[in-house]
Amino acid sequence: MEKELLEREVKEIADSWKGKEGNLIMVLHQIQNRYGYVPREVSLVLSEILDVPLARIYEVITFYHFFRLTPPGKHTISVCMGTACYLKGGAELMTELEHLLCVKPGETTKDGQFHLEMVRCLGCCGLAPVLKIGEKIYGGVKKKDIGDIIAHYSEEAEAQVTE
Amino acid sequence: MPKIFVNNKEVEVAANATILDAARLVGVQIPTLCYYEGKAPIGACRVCLVEVEGARTLVASCSTPVIDGMKIHTNNQRVREARRTVVELILSEHEGSCQYCTRSEDCELKEIASHLGIEDIHYKGEKPVVHFDNSTPALVRDSGKCIKCRRCVTVCAEVQGVGALFPQNRGYKTMIGPAFAMDLDSVACVQCGQCAAICPVGAIQEKNDIDKVWAALEDKTKHVVVQTAPAIRAALGECFDYPPGTLVTGKMVTALRRIGFHSVFDTNFTADLTIIEEGTELLMRLKKALVEKQPVSLPMFTSCSPGWIKFAEYYYPEFLPNLSSCKSPQQMFGALAKTYYATQNGIKPEDMVVVSIMPCTAKKFEAQRPEMNSSGVQDVDYVLTTRELGFMIESAGIDFRNLEDGTMDSPLGISTGAADIFANTGGVMEAALRTVYELVTGREFPGADLRLGPVEGLAGIKAASLVITGTVPEWSFLENVEVKVAVAHGLANAANLLDQIKAGKANYHFIEVMTCTGGCIGGGGQPRYTDDSVRMARINAIYEEDAGKKLRKSHTNPQVKKLYDEFLKKPLGEKSHHLLHTHYHERDKN
Repeated sequence: MEKELLEREVKEIADSWKGKEGNLIMVLHQIQNRYGYVPREVSLVLSEILDVPLARIYEVITFYHFFRLTPPGKHTISVCMGTACYLKGGAELMTELEHLLCVKPGETTKDGQFHLEMVRCLGCCGLAPVLKIGEKIYGGVKKKDIGDIIAHYSEEAEAQVTE
Repeated sequence: MPKIFVNNKEVEVAANATILDAARLVGVQIPTLCYYEGKAPIGACRVCLVEVEGARTLVASCSTPVIDGMKIHTNNQRVREARRTVVELILSEHEGSCQYCTRSEDCELKEIASHLGIEDIHYKGEKPVVHFDNSTPALVRDSGKCIKCRRCVTVCAEVQGVGALFPQNRGYKTMIGPAFAMDLDSVACVQCGQCAAICPVGAIQEKNDIDKVWAALEDKTKHVVVQTAPAIRAALGECFDYPPGTLVTGKMVTALRRIGFHSVFDTNFTADLTIIEEGTELLMRLKKALVEKQPVSLPMFTSCSPGWIKFAEYYYPEFLPNLSSCKSPQQMFGALAKTYYATQNGIKPEDMVVVSIMPCTAKKFEAQRPEMNSSGVQDVDYVLTTRELGFMIESAGIDFRNLEDGTMDSPLGISTGAADIFANTGGVMEAALRTVYELVTGREFPGADLRLGPVEGLAGIKAASLVITGTVPEWSFLENVEVKVAVAHGLANAANLLDQIKAGKANYHFIEVMTCTGGCIGGGGQPRYTDDSVRMARINAIYEEDAGKKLRKSHTNPQVKKLYDEFLKKPLGEKSHHLLHTHYHERDKN
């Protein structure tokens, strides 16, 4: 993005919180809502606008798991590791996904299609083990199902749908 | 005022006191690591745990306020065991290389562990990822040794207003450092070294240049001279167990001679010279403003402190024209040593090695600035901190405490009391006024004992003013002018003052800024541990040194007069411009 445009956008967000104590975290929330993550250039601009050291901004971003430093994948796969899902094989699903996608939890695939993350309880323990892709919940998932589920979201599959 | 009991001893303390304050008041020692005098406690390290009767858990004494009737136990079985566990856990992650760590003699963690009687570590902790940051000329950081106490974070952000270091990530993965895991040379660090001075372990230290100096001393083709900053003489003794504030000027000179320096000189000499150049510069600016009614950058700021220079270049570039163009005394010395002194003694500048002993790590950076090559080669070759000199003396097998007193060599070792007080916050201002006032009025500066009380001491921002009367004809435009001066130390205080000036809320003619709290006596290269009581002891020692001098005004330095007669000709002249003055440039923060 052009620096000028970026500065204008970031300034707009920062200005709405100007002078309010603890504004950094609120600004970062809005930044992430806007861009899906907190781009490095945005941190640099924010540091100037809010007069907060860059290292301080980076402290907040890296302290809270909520904030992201890299663009999110197109599809976020959340694997539940709550007690019920864990006992029913959540960890096995995670391992399979890591294997298939070649990423660790918290990472995004190179093609930007999938972001893998671990969550604690999605509130549907009766369906354990559970994983969520985007807003869709998959319950009672077995290791062998994973390949098919993923295939459904892969780029080629989507391309076919559009054709 | 609440009454509390510390180990059954009743004590009355201020209402806002913490348990730690109360304990110290009654002479009870509680170990601390993250605690930083005068700043809000963060309670991160947990080694200051104490038991409060009726409380469910042990509490961190640094961050727990006292309540009337509180019964506190600082040294029972439960407290000792808890502290031991805390320290064992810290040690279990500490990649300390303790056998050969340069902090092994004054490591606070080691001392606390030893006082707690820790003989074994019951937790086999995973060791952290070791990142060694060697990127700057002044400082090195070793994340393996870091215990995440965050004192460096406090001093960098709150005392210096820089904020180059913050914790990154969380929990076990926490690393203290610049954003995006960058190295210090990629961020707006001023290299003041306060982090290194405050680090309880060996995680941040000055870059060691001792071996380079030994090599130069053994090189038969080199003529090696040394200069010592005024702040060294009031602090070096601490490396040899003298109490803070012991003057060791004479022993220091003898030690340097025994180490093998060909001449032992004094940065004080060029401190006196700085006063002549900077004082003249101030008068010229005032003349331009008041007589010629020309636009001129006022207030003028002192430029002796390289951390402050770098800070202004990063954070307040709009004030760069206000900085005196005078080089710091260290760099004036280097430039003169390799020109004036070299010519006098028939030595080529490239065959000379100039070593500085400084209370400062930023001086290591300053010496390497590309502007500092007026002699045709790098003017100052190596800079050692007070601590490094202490190491060097010890490793040379010199029995410092039993040395006879020596005196500095002439000509670059002759100085006045005005130069000594450069070491203290407010001192450069006092030294300048001693000379400028006398130049303008023909009379001695009227302050009692040649001092100006309001600019002395540890208040962060200090101000004074004096109305000038009875001027000599040349400076009559200053008749009845109220000259306003201010002094700031600690860069957060300096930033505060600059913001006031920017907002039009403050107005001065001349401002002294020192990077470190207390001035150079509290520099990042001084012996550890420096708190306010140590600062005051060193400050008083420096004033004692000044008071003991026969000559106490820079313009009365006979060798400085001779230097102008023989070499420089006049203040702000062509030679001065070339050798003693410099320029500054804006730096990109990120």
